[in-house]
Amino acid sequence: MLVPMRYLMTTNGGGPAPDEALFAEMGALIREMASAGVLLATGGLGQGFHVASQGGELSVTDGPYAEAKETIVSFALIEARSDEEALQLARRFWSVVGDGEGDVRPVFGSPE
Amino acid sequence: MSTVRDPGSTVAAVYRLEGAQIIAGLTRTTHDVGLAEDSLQDAMVAAIEKWPAGGIPANPAAWLTLEAKHRAIDRIRRAVSLDEKLGAVAHDERQRARVDIDDGGHDFDLVIEHEGIADDVLRLLFALCHPSLPRESRVALTLRLVGGLTPREIAHAYLMPERTVAQRILRGRRRLAADGFDAAVPAAAERQERLGGVLEVVYLIFTEGHAATVGDDWVRPELCLEALRLARMLTELAPTDAEVHGLAALLELQTSRLPARVDAGGAPVRLADQDRGRWDQLLIARGFRALLRSRELSVAPGPYAIQAAIAAAHAHARTATDTDWASIAELYGLLAHVAPSPVVTLNRAVAVARADGPEAGLRVLDELADAPEL
Repeated sequence: MLVPMRYLMTTNGGGPAPDEALFAEMGALIREMASAGVLLATGGLGQGFHVASQGGELSVTDGPYAEAKETIVSFALIEARSDEEALQLARRFWSVVGDGEGDVRPVFGSPE
Repeated sequence: MSTVRDPGSTVAAVYRLEGAQIIAGLTRTTHDVGLAEDSLQDAMVAAIEKWPAGGIPANPAAWLTLEAKHRAIDRIRRAVSLDEKLGAVAHDERQRARVDIDDGGHDFDLVIEHEGIADDVLRLLFALCHPSLPRESRVALTLRLVGGLTPREIAHAYLMPERTVAQRILRGRRRLAADGFDAAVPAAAERQERLGGVLEVVYLIFTEGHAATVGDDWVRPELCLEALRLARMLTELAPTDAEVHGLAALLELQTSRLPARVDAGGAPVRLADQDRGRWDQLLIARGFRALLRSRELSVAPGPYAIQAAIAAAHAHARTATDTDWASIAELYGLLAHVAPSPVVTLNRAVAVARADGPEAGLRVLDELADAPEL
């Protein structure tokens, strides 16, 4: 029997602007994932700061911007026992969201 | 559609994540847990055959549900025609199932309203955890049909032959078939008590993982985490019950300590000696949140909520010496009141001794000496 691992599922910016229908569907999806007992945490990310450290100097710029395709705009920390389980959750997620892209990556040092 | 990496694992993943909902939906229509399980198994075999060629459907659970429904209809028609051939009176529930299916009244083909599903899964859990079933059948059925584990996985987790697990599941299924599924679902008045029975099964699964009674491993995290997952599911299925959140809080908090509970050599580490830096802060936060929810729902905490509060008191302490033993002693006093047992008294004695000194602790132990059960 496999011990579950944590995966970080992220979505990038650049997709269509969410409307009320999408918010409602997302709410239902989040409940569904919580009902399966596999959703540990989820959230959306606002614009913050980009920081870069070089030679002891920290430079700070505004951004990242949500409309950029390379920028993470939301995340879900999930528990899955295999890549297939994590991908199944991603499949459900993207069937609700529609077009866009993101990543599904195992978290090292998952507790157990 | 998306490409199939490994159809067997993909089907298994769907079963694990959504099998409970599919079986619960099928059971609502067929009134027969065994038939629902067998039909879904048929559908999974069909999926493994068909998906590699056509790709994984956009909603695999809906695909499996529809396929399983067709298989269930086939099985029922075969059984009914066999009944008729034998001149036997068809089983009432089978007749009802046939009528329901022929009506198309329950159209669970594609999208099912969420609230309905939660109710179906809860009804399924009530039936699987029915007190008339042997306890080991309740555990095996819950892990199989709601946890989505295979008999092999359950056998592995409990270090027993797969055949034994299969027998436990079969015995439970027969019993449920004999009594009738609908009879196993409680009326409103019994609901609270029967929910307690469901929580007990989840807690049993957790304790087997937390202090394994067989095998060389001190803990078996896979069982703890499965029980935790079931407890989390219950908080969505029965969100207004304080003890459901109490159990979820207890299991989140207990599980948060698992990484520190065993040393590098696999030997158990006592709570006081554990490296608290290895406690999982995310699970602790989830435990606190569940405990707060439990308190919002009821001013009179039940045994799980009280034990969760004790676990929370330990989680609050940055070091073992920071532990608020006075609060813990008080909580054990409360626990002794709602769920008295010698173990609780013993734990209370320890907490009182830590808080008020050894003599005070010994006085608590004197109560134990007077108790008839020792």
